[in-house]
Amino acid sequence: MRNITAQAASAAAVAAGSDVAVEVRGVCKMYNEVEALRGIDLDFPAGKLTTLLGPSGCGKTTLLKIIAGLIPATSGEIRVNGQTVTGPGPERAFVFQDFALMPWATVMRNVAFGLELKGMGKDERQSIARKYIAEVGLSGFESKYPHELSGGMRQRVGLARAFAVNADVLLLDEPFSAVDEQNRRKFQEDLLELVEKEKKTFIFVTHSIEEAVYCSDRIVILSRRPGRIAQIIEPEIDRTASPDAIRRDQGYLDTVEEIWQGLKRYVD
Amino acid sequence: MTLFGFRVPMMASLLVWCVIWEIVGRSGAMFLIPPLSDVIVAAVALVQTATWQSAAITTLNSFLLGMFFAIVVGIAIGVLMGRSTTADSLLGIWVNIFVSAPLSALVPVLMILFGMGETTVVVTVFLFAVWIIVLDTRAGIQGVPPSLVEMGRSYGASPWTLYGKIIFFAALPEILAGIRLGVVRGVKGVVIGQLLVAIIGYGELFELYSRNFDMENFWALTIILFAAAMGLSALIESIEKRVDYYAGVR
Repeated sequence: MRNITAQAASAAAVAAGSDVAVEVRGVCKMYNEVEALRGIDLDFPAGKLTTLLGPSGCGKTTLLKIIAGLIPATSGEIRVNGQTVTGPGPERAFVFQDFALMPWATVMRNVAFGLELKGMGKDERQSIARKYIAEVGLSGFESKYPHELSGGMRQRVGLARAFAVNADVLLLDEPFSAVDEQNRRKFQEDLLELVEKEKKTFIFVTHSIEEAVYCSDRIVILSRRPGRIAQIIEPEIDRTASPDAIRRDQGYLDTVEEIWQGLKRYVD
Repeated sequence: MTLFGFRVPMMASLLVWCVIWEIVGRSGAMFLIPPLSDVIVAAVALVQTATWQSAAITTLNSFLLGMFFAIVVGIAIGVLMGRSTTADSLLGIWVNIFVSAPLSALVPVLMILFGMGETTVVVTVFLFAVWIIVLDTRAGIQGVPPSLVEMGRSYGASPWTLYGKIIFFAALPEILAGIRLGVVRGVKGVVIGQLLVAIIGYGELFELYSRNFDMENFWALTIILFAAAMGLSALIESIEKRVDYYAGVR
């Protein structure tokens, strides 16, 4: 575990080197009178999974949606692969907390929907979608409708849809919070395999400390409103070990404890 | 429903009322109510007359035309009100007034504006049906989950695609409910319009039979009309049911 304290955070947050996928520069967000984010400077290393963690209302989802281009920042800018973000773009794909699946469309059409919007032909997009449906473990469910699936399976559809558009950066907004506990664990394990396999940049928002430590290469902890970077932690956990071994690993448990000690003061 | 341990079929209650009607009719207690069997005989004869057929075509024509405009305009205004708070506060008060107002009172005014012909009837159908379609469409649009809209935007949907592929379908259950209620009101509109104009279509026949106390034909006409209205409503309901399988899981 590598702990970068709050004071040194701003220096370390801006990592040296060219393998930076997403750069956040001086981002502030005001909702009318309420200051949601203040002066966020952050780099997200390419090919890594970075988690935004913090107490509820700290603006972590706001920051993710600003990166997605879904809501504008009040000031500051976002650069993805060096290009300034002005709105949603094909190099970023979003996975929603409530899945955001079209209930009138089959799993196949939902997964292929990003490609459909790009104007890709039916056969081509379906063959791509089929590949990712298999990758998230939903083969055989192609012609099912979302309401015929469990919460965990629905989010797998959401994930497959994000993979299918072949974006460089995947933005996941509390993807497991509406999934039950047992499914969530299995899903986290599968997600790590996919992170390994897909070589994409993942930005992950969660309120679960265990989830953050288990999944992340790097954890950015935001303070309570107005959201600022409080701490950056790199768990440095040996991912070659089995999931069960990781969950019992001393380094894992220490990191969870460390983060909890830091966050405790924000809890009422 | 079960009665004495037997399952009673759905339409059984209707049969009970038919029998009661027949008995009352045969007793001759009220000359306004002829026996049901006579009414049915009259209905069979009626639908074969050229008078009825041309009246039915005129009526259906006005109804379909009025409903077409009501659906197109209703959905358009409903979408506008659902998406824009300015349009909502500007139009909301009028829609709410008209949806509950006794529109029959307006038909004489419409007659002055549009003359004693089919146009007035079409406008009456439109005015009867459009408001509930506006209100239900608006409710449907407002109920579209924000994340579905964000999903569309984040995967690069243009505003038109967003409406055509996501928002419209997400609001479809409510829109269909609005159209079904609009159809029921539209049937009222077409009859009231024609009755007040009194010289065309079904209204003319109603006027003719009731004035001459030709109750067999009067009731035959009523039953055909009710059956048509219920049939239409049931048709839309069956479409609604097919769409409803997803309405519950949004």
